Amino acid sequence: MYDTIIIGAGLSGLAAGIRLAHYGQKVCILERHYTIGGLNSFYRMHGRDFDVGLHAVTNFTPKGTRRGPLATVLKRLQIEWDEFQLAPQVGSSVAFPGVKLRFTNDFKLLESEVARAFPTQIDGFRQLVAQLADYDQIDQAGYEGSAREVVSRFISDPLLVEMLFCPLMWYGNAREHDMDYGQFCIMFRSVFMEGFSRPFDGIRLILKILVKKFKASGGELRLRSGVQRIETDASRVQRIVLDNGDVVEGKNVLSSAGSFETLRMVNPPVSQTTVGEPGRLSFIETLSVLDRQPRDLGHDETIVFFNDHDKFEWCRPEDDLCDLRTGVICSPNNYAYRNNDGTPRDLEEGVMRITLLANHPRWVALSDEEYKDEKERWYQATLESATRFTPDFRPHVVATDMFTPRTIERFTWHTNGTVYGAPKKRLDGRTPYENLYLCGTDQGYVGIIGSMISGISLATHLLRP
Amino acid sequence: MSPEQIRQALLNILTRIVPDEDLSQLKDDLPFREQMELDSMDFLDIVMELRKQYRVQIPEEDYPHLATMGGAVTYLTPRMKDIQA
Ligand SMILES: Cc1cc2nc3c(=O)[nH]c(=O)nc-3n(C[C@H](O)[C@H](O)[C@H](O)COP(=O)(O)OP(=O)(O)OC[C@H]3O[C@@H](n4cnc5c(N)ncnc54)[C@H](O)[C@@H]3O)c2cc1C
Repeated sequence: MYDTIIIGAGLSGLAAGIRLAHYGQKVCILERHYTIGGLNSFYRMHGRDFDVGLHAVTNFTPKGTRRGPLATVLKRLQIEWDEFQLAPQVGSSVAFPGVKLRFTNDFKLLESEVARAFPTQIDGFRQLVAQLADYDQIDQAGYEGSAREVVSRFISDPLLVEMLFCPLMWYGNAREHDMDYGQFCIMFRSVFMEGFSRPFDGIRLILKILVKKFKASGGELRLRSGVQRIETDASRVQRIVLDNGDVVEGKNVLSSAGSFETLRMVNPPVSQTTVGEPGRLSFIETLSVLDRQPRDLGHDETIVFFNDHDKFEWCRPEDDLCDLRTGVICSPNNYAYRNNDGTPRDLEEGVMRITLLANHPRWVALSDEEYKDEKERWYQATLESATRFTPDFRPHVVATDMFTPRTIERFTWHTNGTVYGAPKKRLDGRTPYENLYLCGTDQGYVGIIGSMISGISLATHLLRP
Repeated sequence: MSPEQIRQALLNILTRIVPDEDLSQLKDDLPFREQMELDSMDFLDIVMELRKQYRVQIPEEDYPHLATMGGAVTYLTPRMKDIQA
């Protein structure tokens, strides 16, 4: 009998596991995949290392900073700041037709960019920022309100509204069209006010630190151990049944599989209204390895969030497999990496990653043959769209990879291939069962740092005497 | 453990939980929270470290005893006297 069974060895499950095991609980993480990481894993292909989902570790704050999500993660997991080897970004931008807002990890740049491009809006922008600072990330009062409504109270130019929403929705919004006000505040701080960073070795460095800590604290990790069913009585989980029929018992169950995905496993089944709606937003991602550093082609930006018309439309593309109008272009090379002696260091090869919104049902309806062809076609189309906002790097591509909503669902079991989960979040992690909790994406915290915060806060709840 | 050893044990725990704080000037009769940045999760972690390292259970209603170093040592002395340092 375990004290806590955790479903999923992604960032939230691992972070929760470390804390529970460190403070003496008997903990087991059950993971269906043969490896850890979930939505932010890593793999090796044709002799090259790739990250699944790492563009940027958001919430970057420099060493010695005591407040904020990164500091909380490090402190609660007893990890030193240096261990994550976070290199800050070089500089990013939001690019719309004819106007560009640049930002770095120094918020003053964004402020001056807004003042330059939208001189009539800067006072409203400053007032908005002041208001965001008051949002309480712990008590989360007012989380579900409309962020668009709040922002338009301060900013009257619709173009600036769209430009501010674009990166924040891209990096963490499960809802279509609008965004929960609380999520907007969290994302605004994590993207614009804190900032972007990346370890030289990518996400594998962070995952390896986490899994090592988890095991050193006495935690047990079982890979290839998918949960098939969660057997309950009227109010409590009784046991977990694995894909291979094995039964596992625990006093508490903490699931990072998603709220819809978790409640759907409950047996006897719960009503449709309890299960709720799964998210609808999924992505494709293309990876292009280049024969040189992107900056040698004149591209020195870390992330470019682009949108090719004035209105930013954040929703599932209904009429086609993907939406070419908006996307994210990430160059993992464009971080200020350093050697131990302080000299600059470059990733071995140039890489450009591009993300687009995609329609999951359309991608899964394709035959295997069509799927191969469509991948090829959309790879080309993605680069054509993105190179409107960057130098044309296509002649320098030496290797490629790509994943689709189908890939995401296949390796993470998130329904509809969602990355940010269901639109309705369960902020307290509670479910109708008193010993079944949710952490990760559907508790309302997304991203690398966010999902760890979620695991930490749920573990803390489970540790209270 | 003697009161002095308990004080040292608490200092060791604090060093892990708030590594950036200078603890050398810590005043025993002033609340921790007035001398360093300590949030409720930090506080809970101190309680849990005590449980993990010395198997002392501290019920929630007794937490106010732990507000100062002096109070904590007084509170813990009878509860930790049989522990080998
Ligand atoms: C392409 C892409 C780019 C991204 N870029 C960034 C970025 O740059 N910065 C950033 O901060 N975030 C980024 N993210 C988001 C970030 O990766 C996620 O928010 C975060 O990893 C979610 O962690 P989690 O623990 O909540 O969920 P997950 O990682 O999904 O963990 C859930 C785990 O549960 C397992 N599981 C599911 N069902 C079962 C079952 N029945 N039994 C057993 N195990 C099960 C899954 O296999 C998975 O390992 C990106 C994501 C993607 C896909």
